[in-house]
Formats: sequence, C-alpha cells, structure tokens
Amino acid sequence: MPAIQFRLNGTAAVVDVDPDRTLLDVLRNRLGIAGAHVGCGAGECGACYVMVDGRAMSSCDMPMWSVAEKDVVTVEGLGTMELPHPLQRAFISEQAMQCGYCVSGILISAAALLKRNPSPTEGEVRTALDRNLCRCGSHNRMVRAVLRAASEMAAS
Amino acid sequence: MSAPPPAPKLPVSLAANPRLSSWVRFSGEGRVAISPGKVEIGQGIVTALAQIAADELDVAIGRIEMIRASTATSPNEGVTSGSLSVQQSGRALRHACAEVRQRFLAAASDRLGVEASLLAVDDGTISGPGNVRTSYWELAGDVSLDHDATVGAAAKSAGARSVAGHSIQRIDIPDKVFARPRFIQDQAPPGLVHGRVLRPKISGAKLIALDEAATRAVSGLIAVVRDGGFAGVVADSEAAAEAALKALRKGAAWSAGEPLPDESDLAGFLRSQPVEPTVIDTRTAATTGKAALTLRRQYTRPYIAHGSIAPSCAMAQWDGGRVHVWTHSQGVYLLRADLAIVLRLPDENIVVEHMEGAGCYGHNAADDVALDAALLARGAGGRPVRVLWSRHDEMSHAPFGAAMAIEIEADLDAGNEIIGWRHAIWSNGHVARPGRAAQPALLAASEIANPHPRMISTNPPAANGGGGDRNSVPLYDFPAWTITSHRLLTMPVRTSALRTLGAQGNVFAIESLLDEIAVLRGEDSIAFRLRHLRDERAREVIRAAARRAAWKPERRSGIGHGIGFARYKNTGAYCAAIAEVEGTNDIRVRRLTLAVDVGEAINPDGVVNQIEGGAIQATSWALKERVRFDRTRVTSTSWTDYPVLTFSEVPAVDVEIIQRPEVEPVGAGEAAHGPVTAAIANAVHDCLGVRVRDLPITRDKIIAAMELAT
Repeated sequence: MPAIQFRLNGTAAVVDVDPDRTLLDVLRNRLGIAGAHVGCGAGECGACYVMVDGRAMSSCDMPMWSVAEKDVVTVEGLGTMELPHPLQRAFISEQAMQCGYCVSGILISAAALLKRNPSPTEGEVRTALDRNLCRCGSHNRMVRAVLRAASEMAAS
Repeated sequence: MSAPPPAPKLPVSLAANPRLSSWVRFSGEGRVAISPGKVEIGQGIVTALAQIAADELDVAIGRIEMIRASTATSPNEGVTSGSLSVQQSGRALRHACAEVRQRFLAAASDRLGVEASLLAVDDGTISGPGNVRTSYWELAGDVSLDHDATVGAAAKSAGARSVAGHSIQRIDIPDKVFARPRFIQDQAPPGLVHGRVLRPKISGAKLIALDEAATRAVSGLIAVVRDGGFAGVVADSEAAAEAALKALRKGAAWSAGEPLPDESDLAGFLRSQPVEPTVIDTRTAATTGKAALTLRRQYTRPYIAHGSIAPSCAMAQWDGGRVHVWTHSQGVYLLRADLAIVLRLPDENIVVEHMEGAGCYGHNAADDVALDAALLARGAGGRPVRVLWSRHDEMSHAPFGAAMAIEIEADLDAGNEIIGWRHAIWSNGHVARPGRAAQPALLAASEIANPHPRMISTNPPAANGGGGDRNSVPLYDFPAWTITSHRLLTMPVRTSALRTLGAQGNVFAIESLLDEIAVLRGEDSIAFRLRHLRDERAREVIRAAARRAAWKPERRSGIGHGIGFARYKNTGAYCAAIAEVEGTNDIRVRRLTLAVDVGEAINPDGVVNQIEGGAIQATSWALKERVRFDRTRVTSTSWTDYPVLTFSEVPAVDVEIIQRPEVEPVGAGEAAHGPVTAAIANAVHDCLGVRVRDLPITRDKIIAAMELAT
C-alpha cells in the first residue's frame, strides 16, 4: 500500500499504514501524539478532536485515507510551555478544568473557532464547543478562558 | 477539681499510618516529597494537600513533589470518596508536617547553638539571631523521620498560614494544557501490549461456548485468555486487539440473561422487591397534635451513569508470581485486597499504583478493569498490558448510581404547620466497593471459573453518612419524624457509589415537599426554612444565597425561581442554591446562585470550581440523565442515548464562599448536587405551576405532571 503523506503540527509526516486505520490510532500509536484522547470511538464526545485544514474534527472515526495531503494540528501543535498559545495561557489563568481529560479536544475546537472568528460572542463560543462534552462541569470557566484568549489575541 | 480535658488525638489517617517518613521526605536538592494516601480524581486534591504541606513546613510550593499513591510506599487512607480527602488527608498532613518542622527545628537548635524558639524557617532555610543558618536539606541526614507521629506537635494557627486559604493555581493543570501525558490512558511503557475484554450485550448473560479459531488468525494476536466465563484478547497493537475482540465476539455463545425491570415504572419495581428495612432515625414529639391534613408524596430518581469522558483503563505486568497494577481506582489498598482474593495471592505479591484517569464521580469501572488487566496480563509473557474498556461497556457494565423511590408523609395541623414527618426510601444499596468484604466486588470475579457471587450493594452506616439514607434525616426542627430505609436484596441493575449516594434523591424530596408546604401556607419558602433551622451556619448560607440572588426577584412570565438547601451528610459542607429557570415544556436553567460553607477553604478557587462543577453536573442529572434499558439490556450505551448537558445548555453559576478559617475544613465535591436538584424542581413549579416529582425533569415528565394536576 502507498504511504500516506500529510502535515502534522507544521511538519511533513509520512506513514505506511492500512488506509482504513483511524487517524486517532495512528497519532497515538504510531506517531507518539497522546494529546488527542480516546473518549467514545464514535465521534460523539470531542475528546479526540484535531484540526484538519483548520476545522475541528473527531479523529477516532476518521480513516487515514481521508487525511492524505491534509494539514493536521493536535494540541501539541498549538503551543508549548515556552511558547504557549493564548488559549493555553488562558486555560491556566482561568483554571478552566477539573480532570482535564476533555481539555485538549476543547482547545482544538476553540482554536478552530478563533481562526475563523477572532472575536466571538459568548454564545458563539458555546455553540462552537457544543460538540465537546465535559463531565466535570467546567464549561463556564472554559468559555471565559476562550473569551480571554480572544481579547488577548486582539490586543497583541 | 474539674475533669481533665480529653486527651488530644492524632488525626484519623495519621493514627492509622503514624510513621512520619511515610508522609514527608526531603529529597535531592531542595525538594520535598509529600506522599498522601488520597488520589487525584479531577478534584484538585493534590494541590490543596501541597498547600497544607507548604504552609506547615514553610517551603515554597514549587519545591513540593506530590507522590502518587501506591501500596508499595504510601500511607493507607482507604478510599478517596465522600468529600473526606481534605478532612482526612489534609489534617494528617498538617499534623505530620508540623511535627517534622518541630523535629528539624530541634536539630537546627543543636547544630547552631540557638534556642529553637528563636529560629525561623523561610522556604526551607532555618535561620536565627547572629545570621546563623541551615536548612531542611542540610539537616536531613541527621533527622530521622522514621518515627511515629506524636500528639504533641501544634500546627500553625489560622492567621499564621500564608498558602492554605489562598487560591493558588493547580499544580496539575499545565501538564493537561500542554498534553504532557498524566492520564493512564496515555501511558506507553516499553514493551506495552494491549488487551480487550469480551462482555455480553444481554444483561446477566454468561459465556457458555467460545470458538477462538478466527481470533487466532488475527495478525498481531498474542493470546486469547479464557478463565471460565471471562474471556479477552492480548495483541501487539490496539488495532489488532480491537480486531481480535471483534472476531472473538463472533465466536461467542451466551446463556439467556437475567430480566431487567420495567424502566417506565421504577417505583413499582423498587417497592415490590424483597428488602432489608432499617429505621434510620425517629423523633417523638412531647405533645402530639392532631393532623388536620396529611400530604403524601412520592419522589423518584432513575439510575444514573458515571459517564466519565475516558473509558476505564488499567495496566498490569506479571513478574513470576508477582503482579504490578496501575489503576485510576479511588482506593489502591482496597483494590489490592480484592485482587488478592481473586488472584489467590498474598498482599505482598501485588503492588497497586495510582495513575490519573478522567474525572471520577464515584465507583465506576476503574477497579473492574484493573482485574481485567491482571487476568489478561497472564497471557502476555511478562510484558505490560494496557486494557481499555469500550464506551459501550462503560455505559452498560460499570456500576450505576442507584435508582430511588422516596415517599414522604407530612402531617400538618390546622395552620398548616408540620407536626409529623415520615420519610421512607426504597433503593438498592449505594455501595459495592472493593476491599470491604470477604467477597470481591470486581466484575470479572463473578465471571471466572469458580466464580465469586455478585456482590449486592449495601449502605454505609449512618455514622459514616449512610448510603440510600444519606441526608434523609431533616436538618429542620420538625417536632416528630420517622425515617426508614428499605435496601433491596435483589440487584438486576448493578449499582454502587455515585457522587452523594442517596443525598441527591433525599434532598430533592425533602426540599420539594417543604416548598410545597410553604406555598400551601402562602409563606415565602426561604422565610419558612429559616423559621425551621437553628444552626447558624445553615441559616447564613441560605441568607447569603438569597442576598446574592436578590430573592425573591419580581415575577415574570415564563421565568421561575426556586431554592434548595442541605448540609451534606448533615455533618459536612453547607450549601444553599437558588435556581432561575425559563421555559414552557422544555426547561432551561438560566442561572444558579450558590452559597457554601466548607469551614476553612484551603484553596478557595478550588472550592468554587468543585461547587460550580457539582452544580452543573446536578443540572445535567436533574434535566437529562437517565439510564435506559429494555427488559433484556441497557440501551443507553452511547452519548446519543445518554445525553448530558452541553455548553449551550449550561447555566451561569455564581458561587459565594463563606470562609471560616478557624473551622476544620470539609470537602466541597458533593455539597451542591442535592440543593441544586431541589432548587431546579422548585423553580419549575414557580415557573409552570406543576410539581415534577419523577427525575429527570424532561418535557414528557412535565406534560405527565400537568395531566396529573388536572
């Protein structure tokens, strides 16, 4: 089978893999990317979200063949301790989580939102995060963190 | 001569684990290892405990390394549950650290020739007059902490603390934002292989035959493990393990299952089963007036799923006759006790080590999957095996929070004052945790050859807060009452501990009926409650919530307000909640205003976070959540079939903490659920004029209640 090429967090990636394998499986088990989390395996909870060509999408039900030539960003690609994404800084400032398992998927949904809408209203943030489930009840803190990141990005 | 004061006692966790070195160690260059027996389950406990240690030792919190609980090294603090971690682990650490500090000051005094009382500690450096100085780390070789704690050491006074009592940032959050693996689901030790377990779709069905041929042909398969009715696969990749499980399922033959109750008549089911009745409490009036009116109301809540966002996961690795298990269980020692029974091993051959999982709201499948991993790892030839449950199994085989039917009869006199109160509960027990009985509680224990019987859930004693009866004894000063709990002796739907145990149901019932009586009297429902409460802390949280919500806002069409109050377990945190709802058939909660008193709030923002989270989860339970089943199987096995509150549906939540630094701290994680549920139900009545007594408050239930009322 031909290798599948795509961009992962800004660099070229090539994997020689069954094209029906899921992106989540390949990220976690072949490419050492643990930030996309296993949640439901059915695209219903958002824990596994990654950005594909700028859109937040579930990777647990995304076959590798559909990723060819695409641009994939995981939470690892948003920022680092040294160079954090404004969303990452804001989630720390707002202490926007309890267990934090859903957070990497939520950061991805939020980053995709801010790309297409840099100054969202609270309602738009909530709508953008509606496909991400949080079971601990940290929703309002997360919404505040996204709004804080948006205003920081606008100011800079 | 007056009687001597009672002898001072060690905090309970420290009395059980008195060796100081099991709690505190100075390590490396300027590091402090703090080793509690309680575990992080998403509630932020490791930060609160680090704050307490930093304060008592006078070291910067950045020097503290929190050690994950393990049966190899940690104090045994039982289970991380019941909102007791700050109470138990926090008190033990505060005392242990105070004594450690005292021992180091004595050693420093010897070395420096300065009286201990003249020495000060600043970030671990001990200094005194004449510019003399040393440090914990310089002295660590001279000061043995292999001593048992004594009652003598005095912790700092509330006013002298500089870290505890302040909102510092949680120490685990940066890892989670930058995706540095902390979760057990993300661990990949060298040589890792993957396991999956075969479980029936039909409730109670047993594996009777298994054709393994197709499974054995799956590329990457390492082993099919079968032990009686327990079966699973081990493979060299997750994809291979999934493929092998799929093949194994095709080759499986199952017995008929065990029938499930009628989900549309849970009260009928609960009230028709064999039960163990217990009188929880009675109060007899000095004079009994005659009841002019008796209100009899039945309240129900359904089975509720834990629904952690991560499926349960564990790792296990055998080395000869010894096994190491990594788990997100709430109790490493308790899990080890059950593993020892099932695996027929002495305790010392098993190490159980905690690793974080996703948010845990009680006894989910964490312990079950740990045994699954230990059983599957037998087929892995000494390699570590990581086992992950499926979402389907998580939502159908993990224990649920127990369904409840609650009937209250309130006797009212001619002026509609309460003169008698009878509260009766029918429910399965709320706890079937491992490590508490001679019989194991783990799922696979009932599946293996020579199976152990399935554990029927029981209730903790009233002294520990009770189970199904939790919060059933009113905090109000009614002149007479009888509280009775009927624990089911059958258990077709598996139940165990879910956040608050029976408190959510009982508080919902009590607070709903109180509201109804206040309305009947034409009395403001807050004034009515305050008139029946003597506990000043209870009165204060209600008044604070009322002030904050500007009770009672002017009536507007389509909007309703309601209040709920409880003191969790009647001994823990006080919480009052006011809900603002809107709607006609579909109810939306717009705002929740809460006031809470947890005594000393170690990390105030952590307390707010827990209360907010509890309030939002309770809103989800109250409006949406219900485990669904037909007569043969659980049908709510996905998020589509078991919907929870989404971002757009989440209300604004406003929390006020009443700080009492001089009062021993209690946990906050379970304080909000009962009051919020009741506040929403009462607000729905205020809005629509109907009482929904059957949770969750869905469109169908509202229509049914309206039909009943006409």
